[in-house]
Amino acid sequence: MNEEIIIAGFGGQGVLSMGKILAYSGIMQNMEVSWMPSYGPEMRGGTANVTVILSDDRISSPILNQYDTAIILNQQSLDKFESRVKKGGLLIYDTNGITRHPERKDIRIFQVEATREAARMGAARAFNMIVLGAYLKVQPVVKIDNVSRGLEKSLPQRHHHLIPMNLEGLKRGMQIVKEA
Amino acid sequence: MDIKDIIKEENLVYKKTDCMTDNVLSYCPGCGHGVIHRLCMEVVDEMDIVADTIGVASVGCSVLAYDFMNIDMTGVPHGRAPAVATGIKRTWPDKFVFTYQGDGDLAAIGTAETIHACNRGENITIIFVNNGIYGMTGGQMAPTTLPGMKSSTTPYGREIALMGNPIKMTELVAELPGTYYVTRQAVHTPALVRKAKKAIRTAFENQKLKKGLSLVEVVSNCNSGWKMTPVQSNQWLEENMLPFYPLGDIKVEGKKVK
Amino acid sequence: MGELRLMKGNEAIAEAAIRAGADAYFGYPITPQSEVMEYLAQEEPHKRTGMVLLQAESELAAINMVYGAASTGKKVMTSSSSPGISLMMEGISYLAGSELPCVIANIVRGGPGLGTIQPSQADYFQATKGGGHGDYRLIVLAPSSVQEMSDFVKLGFELAFKYRMPVMILSDGLIGQMMEKVELFDQMPRATEFDQSWATTGKTPDRERNIITSLDLDPNGMEKHNLDLQEKYKKVVASEVRYELIDCEDADYLYVAYGSSARICQKAIRMGREEGIKIGLIRPITLFPFPYDIIGEYAKKVKGILSVELSAGQMIEDVRLAVGTTIPALHFGRMGGVIHSPEEVLEGLKKAFLK
Repeated sequence: MNEEIIIAGFGGQGVLSMGKILAYSGIMQNMEVSWMPSYGPEMRGGTANVTVILSDDRISSPILNQYDTAIILNQQSLDKFESRVKKGGLLIYDTNGITRHPERKDIRIFQVEATREAARMGAARAFNMIVLGAYLKVQPVVKIDNVSRGLEKSLPQRHHHLIPMNLEGLKRGMQIVKEA
Repeated sequence: MDIKDIIKEENLVYKKTDCMTDNVLSYCPGCGHGVIHRLCMEVVDEMDIVADTIGVASVGCSVLAYDFMNIDMTGVPHGRAPAVATGIKRTWPDKFVFTYQGDGDLAAIGTAETIHACNRGENITIIFVNNGIYGMTGGQMAPTTLPGMKSSTTPYGREIALMGNPIKMTELVAELPGTYYVTRQAVHTPALVRKAKKAIRTAFENQKLKKGLSLVEVVSNCNSGWKMTPVQSNQWLEENMLPFYPLGDIKVEGKKVK
Repeated sequence: MGELRLMKGNEAIAEAAIRAGADAYFGYPITPQSEVMEYLAQEEPHKRTGMVLLQAESELAAINMVYGAASTGKKVMTSSSSPGISLMMEGISYLAGSELPCVIANIVRGGPGLGTIQPSQADYFQATKGGGHGDYRLIVLAPSSVQEMSDFVKLGFELAFKYRMPVMILSDGLIGQMMEKVELFDQMPRATEFDQSWATTGKTPDRERNIITSLDLDPNGMEKHNLDLQEKYKKVVASEVRYELIDCEDADYLYVAYGSSARICQKAIRMGREEGIKIGLIRPITLFPFPYDIIGEYAKKVKGILSVELSAGQMIEDVRLAVGTTIPALHFGRMGGVIHSPEEVLEGLKKAFLK
């Protein structure tokens, strides 16, 4: 198994921490992982992105041009990364604020209305976990048990009371994700 | 009577401390460095702290201080002695750590290190020898060169409008909260030598208190750089240096007294 | 098995410093390596092991604090990034001249001048050929993973004390800022078994005084000191060369790359092999001493060697020394903080040898 993921959105959407939770979940499952925050030209434009790689083998380049999966949380990121999903790969996006939807026919495309769902839950901070849940439903690269253990590891002790809310977000995301 | 008949135990009136080596001092005859070296080493000897003393030699005339001081010493880059001493003292908080620096080293190239070691309140002793000139490199203008004073780079005298003002580093660091004892001494008369030794002793003793940095400035001569005989240079020091750099304690036990 | 953690490369350096039993860290903030000191500050190493942590007023002061602690035989380290390392070069020359052990991490960013905060490998010459004034060398370790960021701090201290010389960890913002799984080594005592009879810790009656200096006004004495240093560097060259061979056995073409570029090359190798181009990688782990011999051996077996660096071409000079003139040895690399993609690196090889 080798899964190369780009998670991209605005700063403040929890992009980097979602990547971190995913990476920690991979460690809990004895995988090799890498987490590489926006670097190089991708840094321009107010967007935040992170490349996460989960693999059974030693990971080569943490910097990639093409991805198995793109998790997209705003229009700029969609415009930038849609073309960089590998043929047959996966694109998951939150429809909130999207005016031009993805057009490719050679990849699988899913929607998750995470912004709306987070508002419905009254938990804006669960947003990124809803997105993560949607992804893991479509591409179960790590077990939910290991996400839970990953959360424990990646969150400082003082935030552990937020774990149930995060897991609830994860569950909601799995429920609401739908093929575009 | 032969000189050998005089050198006898019963005729002994003064003995060099064992904390000075037998090496012949490389300083010019008449220079104050030798006396200041001796005072530092007598203090170390009398306090019986050789095994716990680490000296830091700077760059300048005293670059070879470790040839004369019979203790563990480290020679360091120009101006950086207070940073080196910080590195030593932080990892050996119970050792006695001192720097021996000239005015070019401490007050020009090493200004930042001096200010910040003083301001942090490192529990070290700084011996600051101020002779108003770069002695080792041949008598160029120092940060402490007096207005109007001649040097090889101010051949017509230091003109303030062109070359800027001399800096009173000792008064300056006395303003910083991290200094505990700041004083200015001289060694060109026997009485002043005794006072200077007391000041150096205090500066070393203070390290036990861990209450901040002690700095002893010693206004000294440079008969070679000043192009004078030793006696003339001491007179010139008295008449010119001391009015600008007045002697005495500036800060004692963390409180300014001047 | 040691404790597993997901960490940034910079954090791994800091944690490893504490675990390696370092006595002190002195540093000055600069992007992209400030996480080293920030992590240490958060960990309060004075409570964990008694390790000293001090933020200096400048890189000049930091490296001289290192000099001070090192002169007393303490295990001490600092880290910085390119412009800060340039400032430290005076002190590093003194450390080498005075034969003092220490570890210095350079998390390289694009230059020259203030440059950029993005990753670069353009400090290769500075790190491997001296950098400061005078004839001296540093042992230069080039980690290409977060795991190695941790491991090389421990290794760095061992080599520094074994040879009484500064060791530089030459990394960049890519390895420094990325997170990977790290297996941490167990806490080591704040002590070293290497001889420290040379250290200035206060002269006791049972020994002669110790002097740490790089000065000898007598040129004959100074030449003797230089010859001794060169003798030491020869020993380092003879016993400390480290490298890794990846997919070299059946390769027709080779990349030579270290650190972050070596990671990118590994991806390019897989992509190339999928197209039927047999590529391998020689990854120098020590940049001084440089693995000339193994590169020379492989130069007899392959058709071309591409040195891949985030620079205008610095390591290529050493690669060419190793290869000679029998096969082409060329450079590929982006500069100024731009990172080459695996696709670009593969294209670079094709352009160099296949078109």
